[in-house]
Amino acid sequence: MMSEEALSVKVEFSGGLELLFDNKKKYDLSIPCKDESGAPSNVAFLVRYLCDKVMKDPRKDMFVLDDTVRPGILVLINEADWELEGEDQYELQKDDHVMFVSTLHGG
Amino acid sequence: MPPSICAVCRTNRALILRPKDHSKLCRECFITVFETEIHHTILSTNLFERGERIAIGASGGKDSTVLASVLKTLNERYDYGLELMLLSIDEGIKGYRDDSLETVKRNAVQYDMPLTILGYSELYGWTMDQVVEQVGKKGNCTYCGVFRRQALDRGAARLGVKHVVTGHNADDVAETVLMNLLRGDLPRLSRTTSIVTSTPSLAPNKTGVADNTHIKRSKPLKYAYEKEIVLYAHHKQLDYFSTECIYSPEAFRGSARALIKNLERVRPSAILDVVRSGEDMARLVPGSDEGCGGACASATAAEEEVGGCGSAVGKSMASVERQLASNERAQESNLETEITLPKPSPAPSTTPAGPPLKGQKKPRSERSGGPKKKGPAKQVMGSCIKCGYLSSQAVCKACVLLEGLNKSRPKNAIEVGYEVQDVSLNSVRDELEATTLSTER
Repeated sequence: MMSEEALSVKVEFSGGLELLFDNKKKYDLSIPCKDESGAPSNVAFLVRYLCDKVMKDPRKDMFVLDDTVRPGILVLINEADWELEGEDQYELQKDDHVMFVSTLHGG
Repeated sequence: MPPSICAVCRTNRALILRPKDHSKLCRECFITVFETEIHHTILSTNLFERGERIAIGASGGKDSTVLASVLKTLNERYDYGLELMLLSIDEGIKGYRDDSLETVKRNAVQYDMPLTILGYSELYGWTMDQVVEQVGKKGNCTYCGVFRRQALDRGAARLGVKHVVTGHNADDVAETVLMNLLRGDLPRLSRTTSIVTSTPSLAPNKTGVADNTHIKRSKPLKYAYEKEIVLYAHHKQLDYFSTECIYSPEAFRGSARALIKNLERVRPSAILDVVRSGEDMARLVPGSDEGCGGACASATAAEEEVGGCGSAVGKSMASVERQLASNERAQESNLETEITLPKPSPAPSTTPAGPPLKGQKKPRSERSGGPKKKGPAKQVMGSCIKCGYLSSQAVCKACVLLEGLNKSRPKNAIEVGYEVQDVSLNSVRDELEATTLSTER
């Protein structure tokens, strides 16, 4: 089945979010190209994937609240605000760069 | 979705959606627009004077880094004629501030600005690590906030600088407005909305030399969205440090910040709208800065921005929390004081609104004058008899806190809890207030 196929995406965390992800800023991930229901993987799926498979820190609510990225965390898809790209419904393409930047942390 | 095109240049791909007006901009146009708006804020508020020396309160965090970068850019582009320098406060928190100070040191090189670092240990004889060891993690933010406020002023005085700018942004101001609204503290609301929170010219200073009680404070990023500050830092690839103070865990932060961020997602303009509403309400507050031409601003400002945990320039949920904590404490001591008054005015419990100005005492005349209640009491400002810092009390907050700390230093061996500490502080304050009253009668 096609769902076995993998999709390579680059994921980056900054603004303090990297603290929740092993203090590592950049991840090269291979994620399934179809989500649980067989639809093409979108950012919402990527966020679930990050929570379930990548994030070891138990404080999930500092990244996701009410099934979406926590307010105050900016999402940039290939450098563009995700609001310009359809937010979490954006369908991921091969080698997309998705960046999560927290505005919530101080200096 | 087809790529959006920049609304300004109509050429490049839009990367930024502006929260304030939903306009779509490319990277270059966004950077220009962001800088130009700060420039307009500076011009329209007459924030700077030509030749002025400005200390930028720098923590290494996003806000102060962006502030330093933008001010340097504007100073050169529009020839403000300012002399800019960086001033950092080292609270003495291992694993937190020492890392961010490394960022500030790099910023100093990147922006070619002199850097001064002033430590709590040097100023007060206590690092925050030691304070926390003494009072516990729960109440330490009060200490940090009070100490930092003075520390920036003292640092400025040492540099011979009369104007300190901080990186408070629109989100910070909106949070403060909401918190004060929710507390019913309109006088404080009116003070915190002003872009200049301290007006030195109105406080007499004959010598003309900068001293630590006559420092002007302002926040040029007051109308800048936190989101745009982060995007500016990102797109200009500024070197900033983000962390969370190890002593103020996420769970302790209040909900105003979350509320603001939730509102922003539903209605992005809400943040600036709250700021503007705050300004409008400020004008309606009797005896506010707007009403008195700023004469009371200098008085209150010293106790105002007790905030900025996580960054010398205010990162602010923690600071709101801290203000709340310190207010509650101040309120307690205030109540106790009123009970001991010789002429029994209505018992504090019967006044529904509570003390009009928390932590502040009414002018003596009004207090002995009986039951008539007027608008918010104004502070009578003097200098702390111990350190000379601007204070509405005989002894300033920092000295009171220090006295408490120093007194209980020996008790450290038997692990004094926060509650105990709190009580002893209140009693110290009450003692002080009692002395003041008796000498003036």
